[in-house]
Amino acid sequence: MLLIHCPYCDDTLPEPEFAYAGEAHIARPADPMALSDEEWKNFLFIRSNPRGTHYERWRHIHGCGRFFNAIRDTVSDKFVMTYRAGEPRPNLDALKEAAE
Amino acid sequence: MTHYSAFSLLKNALSGHKNWREQWPDAQPKAEYDVIIVGAGGHGLGAAYYLAKEHGITNVAVIDKGWLGGGNTGRNTTIIRSNYLYDESAKLYDHALDLWEDLSQDLNYNVMYSKRGVMMLAHNVHDIQSFKRHIHSNRLNGVDNRWLTPEEAKEFCPPLNISKDARYPVMGAALQMRAGTARHDAVAWGYARAAAARGVDIIQNCPVIAIRRGPDGAVQGVDTAKGFIKAKKVAVSTAGNTSVVMQSAGLRMPLESYPLQALVSEPVKPVFPCVVMSNTVHAYISQSDKGELVIGSGTDQYVSYSQRGGLPLIEHTVAAICEVFPIFSRMRMLRKWGGIVDVTPDRSPILGKLPVKGLYVNCGWGTGGFKATPGAGHLLAWTVAKDEPHPINAPFTLERFTTGRLIDEAAAAAVAH
Repeated sequence: MLLIHCPYCDDTLPEPEFAYAGEAHIARPADPMALSDEEWKNFLFIRSNPRGTHYERWRHIHGCGRFFNAIRDTVSDKFVMTYRAGEPRPNLDALKEAAE
Repeated sequence: MTHYSAFSLLKNALSGHKNWREQWPDAQPKAEYDVIIVGAGGHGLGAAYYLAKEHGITNVAVIDKGWLGGGNTGRNTTIIRSNYLYDESAKLYDHALDLWEDLSQDLNYNVMYSKRGVMMLAHNVHDIQSFKRHIHSNRLNGVDNRWLTPEEAKEFCPPLNISKDARYPVMGAALQMRAGTARHDAVAWGYARAAAARGVDIIQNCPVIAIRRGPDGAVQGVDTAKGFIKAKKVAVSTAGNTSVVMQSAGLRMPLESYPLQALVSEPVKPVFPCVVMSNTVHAYISQSDKGELVIGSGTDQYVSYSQRGGLPLIEHTVAAICEVFPIFSRMRMLRKWGGIVDVTPDRSPILGKLPVKGLYVNCGWGTGGFKATPGAGHLLAWTVAKDEPHPINAPFTLERFTTGRLIDEAAAAAVAH
């Protein structure tokens, strides 16, 4: 079972407390009227779906109810870190260097 | 290829079964092929077989990173049905069902297709309305499906609990009699043997690293762990890994990969005569010929390539089964596994040409790819051979996500997603 750290509650809790909410850092278009069909497709349907590092959203539905972001490896399912919604996308290389 | 028959069985029995020949040779890659199929699951092997049989294209290689049939072909719950809501889907899945009928004879290989019936339980008013709508839609499309009262459902499947006090009372069921199960490994082996007999090379344990494109954008071949292999046509049939393979050709796909888990119980004597699915409690169950109860449900909630999945989902699935079939509450589970399924936003597959010359795809079958195996192989072969889609798979384009012409089986919820 996944153990997930909620950055708001500052607690590591089991997966059933959380709901997965898709890939993170997909910004809604600033000017939707100006988008072509191709750009709408990219926004609505195209996902990176990587075999490896994945930036994703989770929601602590049975806790604080808030959305946050996480970095997880999709092969090992191990979380690298979680961080609050609205914070910029962390630079993974910089994090690794800091850890070493 | 040795023709399998009662006579060949008898002949080999007399010599102590020591003279059976290998079913197909393990090929090494040639420098060039007319068509390369990436992914040696049932779909990819089926496509190779139909390319050779129906289109006369035998200079074909099927390449897999592992052993053939080792991905989702060996990791599903073997359920076959075609009771989908929309016209496009009904035609697609019923085409596969037509091919299942004669597959064992066609391949000279027993795939153990068993038309034992698939029954989908209705537990509330919404289920009843939704299933009746499916039944009417199916009948208009010539797809077999009919409505059962709770008593008729109980008669068809005696272990079913139709008590009114049940937490999820059975208020009726939709039954497709033509649906059932097949032996999943035999499907891959049968296609592999029949394709190899017609000259197809099956190359196992050879990961495809990238699809190579020329300066004009057209496909040139594939880079593999065993070197570059040239081909003007490449068909990708790699299920959960499609996004990764396509990225090497510079294409981003509308797919997400999730683990889909299944589990089997210890083997017991025949107790369960059909396949039962319940969308509301979210589980499905059948009994294999070995006697194991084969149980599955929906995908895990998060994107993953781990081929394991999490235990909370197993707990939910088993709880649902025990609720509907209390007699199984003391069964012990033997093993569980996960396969990585590629899910499209509308839960319908993508099967056809791509905006890259010479590149074809068969993906997005999500949680329901096994039932489509002969149909997907047949239609992929047609599309590759003629460089245009068959009328049945013509609506299942990648372009539908741009035009908005979706085939929204996700909203129709014919299946336990």
